Amino acid sequence: METNQDLSLAQEQTGQPDGKVGRRRMLKLFGLGALSVAPLPLLPSVLSSALTPSKGPTRSDYDPALAPNGRVRRWTMIIDLRYCDGCQSVGKPPQCTTACIEGHFAPEPMQWIEVFEADLHGGGTQFIPAPCQQCQNPPCTNVCPVGATFATPEGSILIDQTRCIGCRICMAACPYDRRFFNWGDAPQPPEAMLAHYDVEHQTPARKGTVMKCDFCPDMARAGTLPYCAQGCPNKAIYYGDLEQDVATNGKDIVSVSRFLSEHEAYNLKEDLGTKPRVYYVPGHGEFVGRDSTKKGRMATVWPWVQRAKGAKTWKR
Amino acid sequence: MEAIGPWRQRLEDTTYAPIERTSKVYWIWLSFLLAVIAWGGYAYYVQVRDGLIVTGLRDRISWGFYITNFVFFIGISHAGTLISAILRVSKAGWRTPVTRMAEFITVVALCCGALFPIIDLGRPDRIQNVILYGRWQSPIIWDVVAITTYLTASITYLGLPMIPDLAIFRDRTAGWRKWLYSVLAIGWTGETRQRSMLATIIATMMILIIPIAVSVHTVVSWIFAMNLRVGWNSTIFGAFFVAGAIFSGVATLVIVMAILRKIYHLEEYILEKHFVYLGYLLAAMALIMIYGNLSEFITAGYKMEVPGGSLAAGTEFHLRELFLNQFAGFYWYYFVGGLVVPPLLILIPWTRNIWGVVAAAFLIDVAMWIERYFIVVATLRVPLMPYEPRNYGPTWVEWSIIAASFALFGLLITLFVKIFPLLAIWEITEQREESEAAITESSPGARPQLAGEPAGGAV
Repeated sequence: METNQDLSLAQEQTGQPDGKVGRRRMLKLFGLGALSVAPLPLLPSVLSSALTPSKGPTRSDYDPALAPNGRVRRWTMIIDLRYCDGCQSVGKPPQCTTACIEGHFAPEPMQWIEVFEADLHGGGTQFIPAPCQQCQNPPCTNVCPVGATFATPEGSILIDQTRCIGCRICMAACPYDRRFFNWGDAPQPPEAMLAHYDVEHQTPARKGTVMKCDFCPDMARAGTLPYCAQGCPNKAIYYGDLEQDVATNGKDIVSVSRFLSEHEAYNLKEDLGTKPRVYYVPGHGEFVGRDSTKKGRMATVWPWVQRAKGAKTWKR
Repeated sequence: MEAIGPWRQRLEDTTYAPIERTSKVYWIWLSFLLAVIAWGGYAYYVQVRDGLIVTGLRDRISWGFYITNFVFFIGISHAGTLISAILRVSKAGWRTPVTRMAEFITVVALCCGALFPIIDLGRPDRIQNVILYGRWQSPIIWDVVAITTYLTASITYLGLPMIPDLAIFRDRTAGWRKWLYSVLAIGWTGETRQRSMLATIIATMMILIIPIAVSVHTVVSWIFAMNLRVGWNSTIFGAFFVAGAIFSGVATLVIVMAILRKIYHLEEYILEKHFVYLGYLLAAMALIMIYGNLSEFITAGYKMEVPGGSLAAGTEFHLRELFLNQFAGFYWYYFVGGLVVPPLLILIPWTRNIWGVVAAAFLIDVAMWIERYFIVVATLRVPLMPYEPRNYGPTWVEWSIIAASFALFGLLITLFVKIFPLLAIWEITEQREESEAAITESSPGARPQLAGEPAGGAV
């Protein structure tokens, strides 16, 4: 009945009772109806990109740290593998991982910086501590449907756990296996619940969201090295600023550009084009007396798991 | 035209029969489906309460059964588009008795499939963020846009050709159904002006829906192909997914058609030739799938790339697991049982009948589910860093929710046949009138058998 009314209305308005206009109008109604419903989910992003200047997936609620030349800091990390023996000489689990877990309350089984043992040509092995590589062409932020993971002006990749919907496409996208999901209520010590949640600290952990190494920009701004760099007994981890071209392991100060080129530093999986901000100096612990054929390291422990009441852990 | 009278009456009666009579078996079947769905609902409640820890998913294989099922159901939804739109565009007259079921499978499969990315979410309570903060750079947003567009178009495309049939039902019923059909038939009287209008709208929609359908499954494949992963980083993914979608969609249509034909006695309209014709389509698609497999794996396997050098495992690990190790049993079932045997069943004259085609379709559907599983799980299992590959095994929660999705698929079809016309009465009639007219014109003496006509009998 509605259709007939529409048709007669169309005829009245145009004064052409031959039905031709009515058909057009009907077509238009159907067409517009279908078209107007279909792209609804796109509307908000179209509107927001039309109303705000587009800067890509970059978001910041704070003033970024500035180098003395007035430009924004670009945090970087250099890991000198010549000094890394996977803490074999210390006789403990890798101390960078331990320090990070204690500082960030990283829930078991998350190792935001994880010490992998990779084969060398010729039979020996090397240890590779791998934090989030802080890519400058980050595959993870590209695919996030809600902009929950994003690059800060300083170039660090962070995750907003209050926005993350837990679709885990960023975990599929990361070529370094550096993203971790809160599959259940994460085991954290009771004092973690007192923390004021911040994207730069990610505590307390939230069920159903992704976490990872945040590159400790809050600590750097306060003039402290990240937990991992502090924890390394061999001072293998340098942290610094590409803008000011300076980095330190807490003992020595180096010029980043000179250090990288003189020691033939490289990135992990350079061929993928992700442009990491974490650099490696090739080696296998030879400067701290490690024999490359001595394999194995101690397993990581989460020291406060006993204190995390009622929490369940899981395996990666 | 007089000869059409009793024939047309019989067609209307047959189509109306499911609405008039409901057997005891129907209610038992309905309660069974509802029980399975309720159990799946409980499993989902457990998952929301405790988190995804109750599934077999973990960091290193973070997508599993849910995403597999999502891809499978979106694939099934291509049945309607192919049969209905492509055969309509190419004016294949034999399509008329099967279009309605095909279009309906599309809508139902889309509804079932679209649930799964949501079930897979760690935070379903934040689903509104997709609208509030949606970024068009993300393949997931492409999916949301493509699937909602396809669902809108499919519902429209299901509804439009149903209008004249709903009007027939409206004139036959009383009570709440009459009210429902009056609303849905939007004042259809069957006059010439309305007919030509409807023809124009259907013609527009059938052209529109083909590119939409192709885009939907291409975009679904891009959720994978946009990632830097061995096995996903492939240009053939979009095309391969569309081919697989049509393949599994037609197979599902064959199965649903065979069941409904048996239960609602549609033997007069859905003939053996419909199964055989759809079987030919399946055979052709099977060959395309074999070609796609070859094309995908040989371009990767010839070079054996290892992205990231000694840190990561590469193509060799992926193909070895697929062809020889962990996934080999299922892979070779998929290849032989899903791609080689079905076309043989269809093409060999002894098995070229309804049972042969239905058996082939069943093999294909099982194989295509497995294929989707490989795409998701076998690829995610390839280690990215030097660690032991992790294994994935679904838990009871995942099995229950998957079972519930198939029950939901069955439930929606079960309810549909009780409300809507199962056959496109006016299209079948039109087709018969057309072919009768054509035959009378060309050779009034000799007439081949028409759809719905008893063998050798004159009408």
